[in-house]
Amino acid sequence: MSDALTIAGHALREAARRRVLLVVAVLTVGFLGLYALAAIKVFDSLDREHLGGEIPIDDRALAGGTLLGLAMFTALFLGVVLAVFLTLGAVRGDAERGLLQPLVVRPVGRTTLLAGRFLAASAVCAAYVVVVFLAAAVITHAAGEFTAGSLAVPAAGLALGVVSIVALSLLGSTLLSTTANGIAVFMVFGTGLAAGLLGQIGDALNVDSLVTAGRAISWAVPFEALYQNGLDALTSDVSGIAGVIVQLGPFGGAEAAGAALWPMAIVWTAAALALAAWSFARRDL
Amino acid sequence: MTAALAARGLTKRYGATTALDGVDLQVEPGELVGLLGPNGAGKSTLVKIACGLVRPSDGEAQVAGAPAGSAAARAATGYLAELFRFPDWARADEVLALHQRLARSDGGAQERERLLGRVGLRGEGGRRMDQMSKGMQQRLGIAQALVGAPQLVLLDEPTSALDPAGRRTVRDLLVELRGQGIGVLLNSHLLSEIELVCDRVVIVDRGRVVAQGRPADLTAPGGVEVDTSDGVRRLADATREDVPRIVRELVAEGVDVYGVRVVTGTLEDAYLAAVVGRDQ
Repeated sequence: MSDALTIAGHALREAARRRVLLVVAVLTVGFLGLYALAAIKVFDSLDREHLGGEIPIDDRALAGGTLLGLAMFTALFLGVVLAVFLTLGAVRGDAERGLLQPLVVRPVGRTTLLAGRFLAASAVCAAYVVVVFLAAAVITHAAGEFTAGSLAVPAAGLALGVVSIVALSLLGSTLLSTTANGIAVFMVFGTGLAAGLLGQIGDALNVDSLVTAGRAISWAVPFEALYQNGLDALTSDVSGIAGVIVQLGPFGGAEAAGAALWPMAIVWTAAALALAAWSFARRDL
Repeated sequence: MTAALAARGLTKRYGATTALDGVDLQVEPGELVGLLGPNGAGKSTLVKIACGLVRPSDGEAQVAGAPAGSAAARAATGYLAELFRFPDWARADEVLALHQRLARSDGGAQERERLLGRVGLRGEGGRRMDQMSKGMQQRLGIAQALVGAPQLVLLDEPTSALDPAGRRTVRDLLVELRGQGIGVLLNSHLLSEIELVCDRVVIVDRGRVVAQGRPADLTAPGGVEVDTSDGVRRLADATREDVPRIVRELVAEGVDVYGVRVVTGTLEDAYLAAVVGRDQ
């Protein structure tokens, strides 16, 4: 374990020295600033004019749920970007540049090396999405007194979602070159998003096959199912017409996944890591 | 005594290409073995199998008695790759400290300072990789390979980026390693360097060992050259034992003799005979 922590520390130092963390922090502060501005403007507008006219709708809940859902999606997207860029060249990329060989010949072993990279990227990405999401929740509450149905479930879903992407990207890095891996992981992420939207469209149009296909793909790439589940928990307190609208979500509908989601996502992540370790162990460098 | 490196029947195939074809090789503790061969001969593949970067298709290799690639073998190995890089953001001292932790060396700052000094980088521990020349990075690479207590040091083209002074430093270091009982396998295209420092030379071509032995045994005698008043005479078949007779005969003929040189072949000749000779 101490060897894995040594490798993780090395990876974190690299991220810090290359100013990755600084750039991410600055841009995130910028995003949260813009989000705060948008939230204040939206709720100010609602204070002046009720949304929906004569239709009975909780416009503050609608605005708060939609804004925080958007923030949740943004946190996931930025976390995925971070996860991919921290790991996309971890094996083949570093081997092609000659960075990996001096480390691999040490007694630590390849699996430990991979575990160290996983730990470092997972810690950074999981902490990042949780902090961004919770900061957005605080801003939304301060601007419009909107309180989410749950913060813990969406935050945990985001964290596990990006950790699963870290594992997927590490697996890809054992098989693909740096650029190909980056493209592949982003395409998988995009496919997950598309699946969520497909399910949403199918639900709206009452097309069962579309809903089933969307659901199957969401579960095949669990970050999407975790996102949908988190969105559902986030807006669980919003009822009436506002509830129907926010349940559709900004990027994919909200859907409670049930208790099986969490162990499934953990097993999926562990399987991706195990495959990555197996593939790395067999690779000639 | 357990060999620092023992390879038997080592074979590596990449699809239809055979990079190594049944190579036997032994490096004893305290022995400097030079590995020679043309590009693509399989030298780097052999070194990579020894340090566990590449898995053999057939045969076996052991490092200090442990299967190559095992944790015990890797703990006993120091390795400098032909193409390597250290992170450009890291300082020399940090690179060595990381390798100390991974090699489980408890040498601390004292070991780092000693290794940096040994490769001519004393006082450069705080310098970042992106501020180091290629030659300095290669010196650091050699220092990195010596972290801990390796019983076998594998050096793949360790002097390719070094100036003459740097090469001299590395040669001195290799002799020092020999004195410490460390086995060294040196893969280099610089024949003169291998001839100067190695106890034994192994020439590989197309994945096979085509010649091996002490440099002096591999180099063929090249005759005798006599500097006379009539010019330089070359006696191709003569040996050192023939010199007194040759001088007597020339003097008897009234020829003035200014000097005599016994010519020996070079390692380059032996290498070319072993490698190019196979093509003819």
